[in-house]
Amino acid sequence: MKIALDLKSWNTRGLIFVGVLMLALLFAGPQVFDLFVLLKVILFVSTAMLALSMAFIWGFGGILCFGQSAFFGIGAYAYAIGVINIGESTVPILLSVLVPAAFAMLLGYFMFYGRLSDIYLAVVTLAVTLIFYAFMRSTSGEEYRIGNARLMGFNGISSIPEFNWPGYPNSPLWPDDIFYVATTLLILVYFGLRILLRSHFGRVVVAIKENETRAEYLGYDVRFYKTIAFSIGAGIAGLAGCLFVSFNNFINPDVFALGLAAQIIMWVLIGGVGTLVGPMLGSLGLQMLYNWLGTQSFVSFLNTYLVFGAIIIIFVLAVPQGLQPTARLLALRFLPFTRPPEEADVAARAKAAGDD
Amino acid sequence: MWRHGRKRPAMTESRPILETRGLTMRFGGVVAVDNVDFSLAEGELRCLIGPNGAGKTTFFRCLTHQYKATSGQVFYRGDDITGSHTHQIARRGIGIKTQVPSVFDGLDVRENIWLSARRNHKDREANRVVDEILERIGLSHLAHKLVGQLAHGERQGVELGIVLTGDPELILLDEPTAGMTHEEVHRTTEMIREINRTASLIVVEHDMQFIKAIANKVTVFNQGSILVEDTMENVLKNQEVRDVYLGKREVA
Repeated sequence: MKIALDLKSWNTRGLIFVGVLMLALLFAGPQVFDLFVLLKVILFVSTAMLALSMAFIWGFGGILCFGQSAFFGIGAYAYAIGVINIGESTVPILLSVLVPAAFAMLLGYFMFYGRLSDIYLAVVTLAVTLIFYAFMRSTSGEEYRIGNARLMGFNGISSIPEFNWPGYPNSPLWPDDIFYVATTLLILVYFGLRILLRSHFGRVVVAIKENETRAEYLGYDVRFYKTIAFSIGAGIAGLAGCLFVSFNNFINPDVFALGLAAQIIMWVLIGGVGTLVGPMLGSLGLQMLYNWLGTQSFVSFLNTYLVFGAIIIIFVLAVPQGLQPTARLLALRFLPFTRPPEEADVAARAKAAGDD
Repeated sequence: MWRHGRKRPAMTESRPILETRGLTMRFGGVVAVDNVDFSLAEGELRCLIGPNGAGKTTFFRCLTHQYKATSGQVFYRGDDITGSHTHQIARRGIGIKTQVPSVFDGLDVRENIWLSARRNHKDREANRVVDEILERIGLSHLAHKLVGQLAHGERQGVELGIVLTGDPELILLDEPTAGMTHEEVHRTTEMIREINRTASLIVVEHDMQFIKAIANKVTVFNQGSILVEDTMENVLKNQEVRDVYLGKREVA
């Protein structure tokens, strides 16, 4: 695998820019934010990770999964059940990635090897997350337990231990440390995906999104690539779920509900399908809006989801490419210093390939 | 120089590179391909002609398992490939060029060719092959252009480049000159002749001048089955073929 580090390349500059911003957040975070804000930021980091997983499988893999929340939830529950049983967080963190990834591989096997069309794939994945929702809500009884962990139905599992230092179950991480861990993981996942997308595997995944038939004519087994990409996305979503639990110490079946499933799609749609940074910012923006609406008195007249619906309509009609590609096009248009030699070409490529 | 390590069997008339037996494709009550026995010799260049709806494209799609044939079998070098998946058929060394260019529109020309080159070659070797192919199809100057932004003829060229990069032993070309300028047709003619030195070809075409220029033997399709199989000269003389094209009477 060759990773070109051409400093003149516009994509490389973009990557460096994103890297610097993320590192700034990582090191400045605990100094700048008070505890309340810091906890909120950890939540945002976990949803940004979830947005990233969807941005990858939809924007680059062309897989419109309407139930990405299922993998988030499975990851969250896998961590919760694991850490309650084991009493130490290292293995449960791994479980939160591996369990949803394995489940997605199985589900993907049936969907992709069964040649399910895109629209049915969306329906099936949505049904999967709603089945989990219905099932987990019905696990209140004493008999629903895995080892020491009772599932507790719609009440959810509470007092879930947060991360501890690896090997030291009795020294839990402080919020500062959890922030460092979460943000570092986000940076690693982001750049990991960037490297993956430059590898042979990643380039084939993008090619399949562009033209599945041609990829087959070239001899690529489309079903295999899609299943693996889907599974990677699920693993990332699971890790996001794990971060969510570690900050919350609590998980209930609402993570599987329609609300989150739909919001994940919105984050990517608003941020820009085919980009990675856009959806992360999209998740941040919508979460902040959601919180702000919750503090406003007019919300009793105006349902939050009504506002979200209006935003979707506005974006689909007015900014169909999403925030990141649009911002990029505007920058290339109006900021002369951002203009590389072959401006038209780069702008067009940004539009189509969505590199950031 | 395009045969990277793959053994090429001696050209013999005895064993066809591609053969179909009783190939039939039904869509509901419509029989698009009707009990076709077809055989292509090693190294041969064959043109398929026939009026619209004769079943040429459907026949192609059955060969590559885009459509699952209702009945009958397809053999490639004697192996039954009827049930193989499209990607498995492609890996056997069959290159496919479709009627409407099937390319990666959102990617640049170089990436399109690279995706094809990287299947058979390691990374560095793949880049070298890409350069060679770009040179050969005359699109080096457009290497970093998005394929979706190119003119139709150029996109056809990119697709041909993708197919050639796969180093196929049999190439299926569905209307390779559709939408090309006169000059591009001329260049494509030259290129197909050159390709035919190392690979067998089946070409679906409507352009009679083009067919005259490249083909020895022509297969005429009508209503899903083979009407005539002969040299271009004799086919043009054939009254039945004339009737089919001019629609004078129904030929069962």
